[in-house]
Amino acid sequence: MTLRSDLAAIASQIEPKTRVLDIGCGDGALLANLRDTKHVDARGMEIDGSCVERCVAQGLSVVQGDANRDLADYPDKGFDYTVLSQTLQTATRPDQMLDQLLRVGRQAFVSFPNFAHWRTRSALMLGGRMPVTRAIPVSWYETPNIHHVTVKDFRELAREKDAHIEREWFFSNGKPVSGGSNWRAEFAVFQLSR
Amino acid sequence: MAGTSKSLELPQPLTLDGGGKLARATLAYETYGELDADKSNAILLCHALTGDQYVASQHPVTGKPGWWERMVGPGKPIDTDRYQVICANVIGSCMGSSGPASEAEDGEPYAMRFPVITIRDMVRALVGLLDELGIEKLHAVVGGSMGGMQALSLAANWPDLAERVLVIASTSRHSAQNIAFHELGRQAIMADPRWNGGDYYGGEAPDNGLAVARMAAHITYLSEEALTEKFGRNLQDREAKSFGFDADFQVESYLRYQGSGFTRRFDANSYLYITRAMDYFDLAEEHGGKLADAFAGTEARFCLVSFDSDWLYPTSESRHVVRALNAAGAAVSFVELSAPHGHDSFLLDVPALDRVVKGFLDG
Repeated sequence: MTLRSDLAAIASQIEPKTRVLDIGCGDGALLANLRDTKHVDARGMEIDGSCVERCVAQGLSVVQGDANRDLADYPDKGFDYTVLSQTLQTATRPDQMLDQLLRVGRQAFVSFPNFAHWRTRSALMLGGRMPVTRAIPVSWYETPNIHHVTVKDFRELAREKDAHIEREWFFSNGKPVSGGSNWRAEFAVFQLSR
Repeated sequence: MAGTSKSLELPQPLTLDGGGKLARATLAYETYGELDADKSNAILLCHALTGDQYVASQHPVTGKPGWWERMVGPGKPIDTDRYQVICANVIGSCMGSSGPASEAEDGEPYAMRFPVITIRDMVRALVGLLDELGIEKLHAVVGGSMGGMQALSLAANWPDLAERVLVIASTSRHSAQNIAFHELGRQAIMADPRWNGGDYYGGEAPDNGLAVARMAAHITYLSEEALTEKFGRNLQDREAKSFGFDADFQVESYLRYQGSGFTRRFDANSYLYITRAMDYFDLAEEHGGKLADAFAGTEARFCLVSFDSDWLYPTSESRHVVRALNAAGAAVSFVELSAPHGHDSFLLDVPALDRVVKGFLDG
């Protein structure tokens, strides 16, 4: 099964036989890929019980839990990598979640939809409405996204948190974007360490 | 399906947590499926308080199908074409393993002379059985409710024995509420004049007390929603209230039926001993007060399942274990399944449980 582009970028950086915690792992696509192709000790956390059930049915180790609360149960540097894909913008406190990611993992990957993408900007500026786009497909009243974030915002947060940006990727329509990322990236992926 | 019924006396006296030893400890057990040549495909299944070894074969007393037929068998989630399932009656019980109704050295039933046992004692006996069978590694240990306590105890005290640990609708410790309900049951038994200090073998058993104990316990196994759905305020075989104390309501009739049926297959003293063992269970206490220490360094994979309608061992108890396992760095899965039946959900038709059990055991 082919991975979503942000997950493929993350998977490409993960060394074989390491320990990975995927927070908000959904149906376990990344975890299964890492286990099967890189013999990674892959663990997950997911809030949706039906997703957890599908993960466990694939033999993955996934805990049903709320990352806002339950990440605190994991020991310091218990994992080589933590992964937070498309979940940061749903966190109660994204800044605190970033702290937890960097506490639990030696390296952290974070991916999110970039709210400063030109489609989002023009939807708001020209349409005067909350954007509903390919990257942010759900109306304001039912979206789980409660903390929209831009590439610039995230870089600033990383700086404030003394997190070193090891690598960054940007995608639009599943294809890499280079240059003008805050305008042109629908999705961003960061690899961080501290 | 047909199981193979066997019984085995442990070669050594069984050391007990309460001090002392149990001589000639006997375990009655059933097996389903074949053991591989390298004895690597065994699954130890641990039964609940009033369960027994007849997991997937007809009960010799009641004639009813096994208590987990829907889960265990060829092509079932616990697939006996792949695994050999072993289930032994726990010590303290009354279906062939040593318990208060068994003969003591003097040829008389132990009755209350039987030593007070713990969950770990039950597991120690099961491990003794596995030793005799030459099984050094379990593919998995699986249990629901009290069976889950045994699975956790085995994982904590014999950490190299099981590769997978599946704990369903269970807990790492009995709460005050859990103990309170058990004490109610015990007092009902001991208040029955026929209990006679436990010496009733050969005479009339304290069936009234045991039935009340079962009725109280049965309420804790069901959710309010399940009771309402099943019975509501419906009257039993009558058009109007009797203005008396017959079982006017269907729920009363049902509980009386459950209570009296139970006395035909279960020994009152066993009920005292096993509920006591459950009340004494506190896995953290055994390991210096810190539950994570019970699992330090474990290589086993764990899976915990709770049900949203279970108020006997609620989801918070499973989460408590999951937190400890995460702190210990163990490979753990956890899911709270939605099912309306309360604690008994683990025995009933919950397709999501089948998928989780199969996925975890085969993965």
